[in-house]
Amino acid sequence: MSEWEPIIGLEIHVQLKTRTKMFCRCETSFGLEPNVRTCPVCLSHPGALPVPNAQAIEWTIKLGLAIGSTIADRALFARKNYFYQDLPKGYQISQYEAPLCVGGRLVVPGPEGSSEIRINRAHLEEDAAKTIHVGGVEGRIVGAEHSLVDFNRGGTPLMEIVSEPDIHSVEEAKRFLQLLRQTVVELGISDAEMEKGTLRCDANISVRPAGSSELRTRCELKNMNSFNFIGRGIEAEIARQIAVYEAGGEVRQETYDFDAASGTLTVHRSKEEAEDYRYFPEPDLVPYEPELELIERLKAELPEAPGMRLARLAPMLGYEQALELVAGGRDGLYTKLVDAGAEPKASANVLMNQLAAAGIDPDAVDSDELAKLIEARSSIPRTAFDQAIAHVGDSDFSAETYLTEAVISDTSELEPLIERILASNPGQVEQYRGGKEGLLGFFVGQVMKETQGKADAKLVSELVRAKLSG
Amino acid sequence: MGLIERGEASAEELHRAYLDAIVSRDSEIHAYLKLVEECRGTSVPIAIKDVITTEGIETTAGSKILAGYVPVFDSTVAARVKRAGLPPLGKTNMDEFAMGSSTENSGYGPTRNPWDLERVPGGSSGGSAAAVAGGLAPWALGSDTGGSIKQPASLCGLVGLRPTYGTVSRYGIIAFASSLDQVGPLTKTVRDCALLYRIIAGRDPLDSTTVELPNPIELPEARDLKGIRIGLPREMNEAEGIAPGVKAEVERAIALCQELGAEVEECSLPLSIEYGLACYYLIAPAEASSNLARYDGVRYGHRTKGTQSLIEMYERTRDEGFGDEPKRRIMIGTYALSAGYYDAFYGQAQKVRTVIAREHAALFERFDLIVSPTSPTVAFKLGEKTQDPLAMYASDVLTIPPNMAGLPGMSIPCGLSEGLPVGLQLTGPQFSESVLFRAGYALEQALEFDFVPSRLAGGDA
Repeated sequence: MSEWEPIIGLEIHVQLKTRTKMFCRCETSFGLEPNVRTCPVCLSHPGALPVPNAQAIEWTIKLGLAIGSTIADRALFARKNYFYQDLPKGYQISQYEAPLCVGGRLVVPGPEGSSEIRINRAHLEEDAAKTIHVGGVEGRIVGAEHSLVDFNRGGTPLMEIVSEPDIHSVEEAKRFLQLLRQTVVELGISDAEMEKGTLRCDANISVRPAGSSELRTRCELKNMNSFNFIGRGIEAEIARQIAVYEAGGEVRQETYDFDAASGTLTVHRSKEEAEDYRYFPEPDLVPYEPELELIERLKAELPEAPGMRLARLAPMLGYEQALELVAGGRDGLYTKLVDAGAEPKASANVLMNQLAAAGIDPDAVDSDELAKLIEARSSIPRTAFDQAIAHVGDSDFSAETYLTEAVISDTSELEPLIERILASNPGQVEQYRGGKEGLLGFFVGQVMKETQGKADAKLVSELVRAKLSG
Repeated sequence: MGLIERGEASAEELHRAYLDAIVSRDSEIHAYLKLVEECRGTSVPIAIKDVITTEGIETTAGSKILAGYVPVFDSTVAARVKRAGLPPLGKTNMDEFAMGSSTENSGYGPTRNPWDLERVPGGSSGGSAAAVAGGLAPWALGSDTGGSIKQPASLCGLVGLRPTYGTVSRYGIIAFASSLDQVGPLTKTVRDCALLYRIIAGRDPLDSTTVELPNPIELPEARDLKGIRIGLPREMNEAEGIAPGVKAEVERAIALCQELGAEVEECSLPLSIEYGLACYYLIAPAEASSNLARYDGVRYGHRTKGTQSLIEMYERTRDEGFGDEPKRRIMIGTYALSAGYYDAFYGQAQKVRTVIAREHAALFERFDLIVSPTSPTVAFKLGEKTQDPLAMYASDVLTIPPNMAGLPGMSIPCGLSEGLPVGLQLTGPQFSESVLFRAGYALEQALEFDFVPSRLAGGDA
């Protein structure tokens, strides 16, 4: 079997968190009852006209600057024409020629050095409405009796970012997407949450024999709504194409949906049914010419790119942990903790495990206080530590409150307790002695439970082992 | 307006008098699609073309696909007219979606010309023109894409202004071709025209393509044309197809211009006239094909019954709702925008449009105005051109070129031929409406055109 190299390009849609919609003054919304955020413009009543949202334009330019795009001198909106019930005008106002942002690149540090993924363009458009199919299975169109359309989402600003086909592995695709997402989040322009649909990703995929420079037929993969599905979807499509070639077949240009539940790909539409969108410049809007001052101001506001920080942290922490910190927006706090004297590895662990699990906003944390807590974490009971973490985001948090709680490390206090627990679990004791040493954790856990987490776990573990082998 | 100002009649009395006239005489003209019984204003009543959205008053753009559609908002123009205190008399008939030159393409039956009921009033603002000419409204609003105000004004013996593109808001105007559509007045006098334009013009934050007027609108007073330089484009005044009677009346008006002190000189617009019509019939249908996509039966207007799929619902709804002309233009426009044809058709037409604009701009370095007939012929008979779309399209051959360049144009009546009105088209550079009013007013005073149709002159008008 020969080696195959995948070629992947991503198309990312980011819903901007502007207060109002892209072309009307309706408020943007999530999870409201249907059709309460609508007006003649976003319902496309006869005669209604679009007025562009200046904030959305600014934010798209800002993203463009963050990824090194050239900002258009004269950007044009265009109509993308097609019929669908979620598209009330019969066209989507998007951008075609002259998008707001052209070109650019994202540096994506990897475990074996950085790669540079080129950006083709970033543009602004309006989101479609939502269709709910009634009477079928789980809201799907198959078997539905009728469909309802909710126009609340219709007209929400949507930024589309298109990469060049510079991605060559599933892992690289995920890293690119993680860093791009984090860039968007740090610019404060979108929540970019895949689960809520405020970040969506399509992939264009082809494969070729490794080392070759040819470009073979590509397929598009749509509707992947989590990072996990994106990885699995791309993997499945790569495998499908390789299998086709190895069986002597040809890949046909098609669009697939990835069904995460079954892990299978289904044809969304084939080339023959492909739409001709009949793009033309939107005559209801005038060309947009951004002022130089605006661009200068936005440039000055840019934070340091997540990729840069990742490249800096990776040698110290190891790549995976550094990526996790940066992509989770926790590396800023990490750096502060280390500066405050906390032990690096322990700091990273606490940030990624306990702090993340407790859902604490890293920006709300006083790094000096947390550093004290991390320093003392082995000398205070686990419960005290967990309680402290739960409150570390409070504005009046003080580590001192939790540091005074003592750990039970008195052998004479622990030994009778251990004996009692062993005596009341004779079955487990026998299993342990029969070789199932993993049960050690069970006994330690029982002791910790009895002491409400205050026992010195390391000492308990030593004592239990000694008792059982005795 | 004098009657109300002098306290001789109230707005209600005036409104009622017109409604009575409509009730007794509109059955033969069919200028109105919908009447507004209640007087909602304090000033002179007005007829409003049915392409202009009016809150709470059914608005169909002359199409069956919008039958029963009652807008929930006012167009900016309707709101400005309301703010000025003008009570609407009703909504006037029109070619469906403003596509036509005779009002025969209305989904609700044709309108007839008050000068001769066997003839068309022109179009697409034929209902508004016929209402004013027939004494069924003191003035009216129309809309003009390729000549839909100027041409019916010409055929009905009225003053009609197509304003500079971008000076009147299109918010709430049911779109035909967005880059060309413009609302304007249809009136009996130039002064009324200027007054009404002053009410509706000006930048609107709801229409991104509008601009602030660079100069205030001046009401005309001068009775001479001293210092005005008038160009006579050969191609527009000697074109094949201009009826001899029309030519004679226009020549008489031009001679009058000279008598009033204007400098008149021949000039040329070769490319604009040769390519204008073809260019228009690519750009306007292309935009229309997209603008009319929203009439899909999903949210408002006509929806067919008993279909099993979305596509079938779309197809049947649109087949039942649209008349032949919108269908024809949707097909032409869809084709012109299609992949592989865009560059040759829509893209090329946009380039030609730039050439037309430049050719006009060059002329306006030498002239304040250019003058020609508005329509090559007087009003034609109903049915005369309905079987031949190209002949119908050709009736706009003189109004289209300046429209493509975004320029303001006014038609004023300049005489009769075969007992029917002949219109003179005055075109100026962008934002030159005050110059058009000045020239139109001076000519109007000198011409003393009697705008009461001869067949109505003996009656109660």
